[in-house]
Formats: sequence, C-alpha cells, structure tokens
Amino acid sequence: MDFTLILFFLLAVTALATALGLLLSRNAVYAALFLVLNFATIAVFYLLLGAPFVAMAQVTVYAGAIMVLFLFVIMLLGAEKLPKGEALPWQRPLAIGAAALLFAEALYLLVQRVRLTAALPDPGTWENSMESLRQMATMLFTDYLLPFEVTSLLLLVAMIGAIVLTKGERTLRA
Amino acid sequence: MTLANVIEWLLKGLVWVLVLLGGFAYLTYYERRALARIQVRIGPNRAGPWGLLQPIADAIKLIFKEEFMPARADKLLFTLAPIITLTPALIITAVVPFAPETANLQLFGRTITWYIADLNVGVLYIMSVASIAVYGIVLAGWSSNNKYATLGGLRSTAQMLSYELGLGLAFIAVIVLADSTRLIDIVEAQSGMWFAVLQPVGFVIFLIATLAEVNRAPFDMPEAEQELAAGYHSEYGGMKFALLFMAEYDKMIAICIIAASLFLGGYREPWFLRDTVLGVDQTPWLGPLYVFIKVFILLFGMIWVRATWPRIRYDRLMAFGWKILLPLALALVFLTSIGILLAEQVNPLYRWLIPLASLVAGFIAILGMYQTLRRKEYARA
Repeated sequence: MDFTLILFFLLAVTALATALGLLLSRNAVYAALFLVLNFATIAVFYLLLGAPFVAMAQVTVYAGAIMVLFLFVIMLLGAEKLPKGEALPWQRPLAIGAAALLFAEALYLLVQRVRLTAALPDPGTWENSMESLRQMATMLFTDYLLPFEVTSLLLLVAMIGAIVLTKGERTLRA
Repeated sequence: MTLANVIEWLLKGLVWVLVLLGGFAYLTYYERRALARIQVRIGPNRAGPWGLLQPIADAIKLIFKEEFMPARADKLLFTLAPIITLTPALIITAVVPFAPETANLQLFGRTITWYIADLNVGVLYIMSVASIAVYGIVLAGWSSNNKYATLGGLRSTAQMLSYELGLGLAFIAVIVLADSTRLIDIVEAQSGMWFAVLQPVGFVIFLIATLAEVNRAPFDMPEAEQELAAGYHSEYGGMKFALLFMAEYDKMIAICIIAASLFLGGYREPWFLRDTVLGVDQTPWLGPLYVFIKVFILLFGMIWVRATWPRIRYDRLMAFGWKILLPLALALVFLTSIGILLAEQVNPLYRWLIPLASLVAGFIAILGMYQTLRRKEYARA
C-alpha cells in the first residue's frame, strides 16, 4: 500500500474521531479543542493534496485565530458546562436529516468519481510555493474579483457592526 | 521517503531539542546576570566558576519539587497544557537554515543539511505555529481553576491575537522584499543588504509584536505579578512549571533566531564583509556562528527592554496594537510593494525609497501614538 494512502486513512479516522468528539463532549472547552484538532487534520489533507499555502492558512486562520476566539468567549462567559437536554427540540431530527442528505451526496459523488477520469493534481506540483501563491493571487484578483470584494465587504460590515455595538454600550454607561 | 531519511530527521530533531534545552538553561543564567548588572547587582555567582553551574542547580531543584494538582482542576488539560505550550516553541525553528548549502556535511554517504526541514512555505509555517502557540497558555490558565490564572490566560489570548496581525504583516513585507516564502531564499536575498536596513520600521514592528507574542516585558500582562499573582502559571510547580518556563525562554530564542533570519541576514555575514574571508561564501562554517552572535545580541536587547521599561497598561496595550501597530504595518506593506515595483520597473535605486518612506510612516505613527495614548484621553475617571 502506498504511504500516502495509509496517511490518508489515518487522517480520515482522526478527522472523524475529532468531529465525533466535538459533537459528543459535554464540555464546551473540550468541544472547541476537538474542533481545533479537526481543523489541523484538514490542514494535513490540504498538504497531501499539494496545497501548502491553503494548509498553512487553514492552521493560521481557523485553528489559530478563530478557535482561540471561540475559547476566549467560552472561558470569559464561564460557559464550559453545557446543559443537559436539548435547548432546541427540533434541532436533532433536522441535523440527522441534513447529515443523511450530505452522506447521500458524498456517496453519489464517490460513485460518480469511479467513472471520472480527471485525477487529483499530483501532490508537490509546485516546486516553488511563490509560483502557486502568485497563481492563487492572480486568480483571486481577476477571475474571482467580485466574490473576493463581496467577502471583504461582508467582513467590513461585521467589523463596523461590532464597533457600533460596543460604542453604544459605552455611551449608555456614561 | 526512506528509513534513512526518517532517522536523519529524528536525530536532527533530537539534537535541536537538546540545543534548545541547553539554550533555555543558559539563557536564564544570561538573563539573571545581565539583569543584575543593569541593576548594579552581581547576580548568581556561587555555583561553579562565575555561577556557571547555577542553571543545573535550578534544574535539580525543580525536578525534586512536589507535583501537585489544584483542587477541582481539569486534570487532563492541567497536565497537557505545559506540553502544548512547549511544543510550538520547539518546532517553530525547524525551517530555519543555519548555514549555506556549501557547508553541508557528508556523513555515511548522506548529505546532512543545516536545517531540519526545507519548507517552501517556511514563513507561513512560522506564522501558523505562532498562531497555535497561544493555546497552551490559555489552557494552563483555565484548567487551573483559579481566577488569577484564568484572567492571565484570557489576557494572553487577547494580546497574542491582537499582535499576531502586526506580526503577519511584517512577515508579508519580508516576503515581498525577498520574493519568496522559503527561509533559505530569504536569507540569501539578504546577501547584498539586510532587510533590517531596507525595512527598518518593519523590523521594529516585528520585534515589538514578537515581544507581545512571547509575553515578555513590557507586554507581560498575562503574568503580571502585582495584579495576578503569577498569572497563568500560578498553580504550577515542579517539572510542569519548568516546562512552562522552558517554553517562555525557548520562545525567546526562537523568535530571535527568526528575527535574525528574516531581517539580519540569518547565517549570512554582515553585507560589507561579503567578499572577504569572513564571508560565508568563502568560509561556510561561519554560518552558525553568525546566527549565534546575532541571536546573542537580540537576546540582550530583550533583557535590556525588560530591565528598563515598565509594563504597559492593558487598555493601552490593546490601543497600541490595534490603532498604531496594525495601520502602520499595513502602510509598510503598501510602501514596500510600491518601492519594489518602482525598483523593478524604473530604476533599482528606487528601492532606497522603502526605508525612507517607512521611516516617515513610522514617525507619523509615533505622532499618532502621542495622540491616541496620551494620559488625558485614557485617564481614569
């Protein structure tokens, strides 16, 4: 068996286990940490697919910045103990339905893929990561310019919203 | 990937961890002696000649101390947290080269290089490891079940997240200057001129942001003794404390190595010695020595800062990070890119506009600092 294939299955098992841990743990801090592990595993998947930049961005942005903020909020609010029972009773059936749909989709794609001839890109295609970075940047600023700008606008709106919310609180207190 | 490869990596990793262990021990000695001199004291001088055995005595003391577990602490995370803190500090320097390719050793028919991993996304690797380094401290603070420890952990989270942005933008300035994300290319790109000269303000931003990232004075809010007992490591003792301690000092060493590689030419000689016997082109084995000298000087700078500057207040820390450092770093990326563009398209001499323009931007930032952080606005009601 190929080394990459063994690695892939090990990672797949890790990803699934950490995802399950996230869902099943009753302590929000542990759930967040499972999610960090899950993100890190996904980053290694990106490495296997020959996308080192995306892998590193995944670790920096998701496993690093965003999950640290999650932990920060959980710890600040002291909300680590999740309540027993369901807060939203309709959530679980809906989640199961959505999961079944997703699974069916994945299965369909898997069956389709057997017929597909287009293989995944060979890992390590880019000798120089600067080349792949340049390619990605060119794509972002030409083909995907509109989505890119819309995303940045969305982030700007979120940022301004946060500032407005905290500003209002300060004037109220004064 | 062969077995020999794996063994080579393992051995190199082991040697590097041992170097960092020794570096940690003697950095504490260096810091205590230098601090003592600055404060007109003598410092540890009893154990061995000039007190050189002091770190070993400290290590023995720490090993034999009692391991205790605070009541109602989260046992798993309390034990894991020091390990999680130390790991990034050990692995972050894996991509840094310590000598040029010409200094490679030939052992057992294999070429042994002077780096552990040659990652073509080296700078991004450093960035991502730095971004996960915060977990250990946060978890150490939270799992202790102690309000001071938790506050210390929370402070460090906010602080490290805020200064990571400035740090990342300083990295981008270097990437633009070197036109590569590979550490060896970045170091070689500085054979003509150090990036600290081409981008002096970027270097200063890097130093400030990394000081905040490793929670060193004047940014040691997470362990501010006067307010938080000892902050996130209040409840730690014995070897667990030693691991946290080692993480802090190894992070200092690591960021000094990275600063030396990104801005001070890494293993390259000072640029004016390029074609002499002292250049690494002619005597390749001088590379590690140059790295050591640069790291030694940078470490002294950090100790000096600790000895002379009071701790910055928390609201000012945040205001400085977000209102001064981040806009300045953004402006620097912009100025650097314009300078590179002009140098490539018009005249190579235009690259000297980069240091000039960035110094002007830095000066404006200092004026802005006076405006934003002056006492009046932040005076307590």
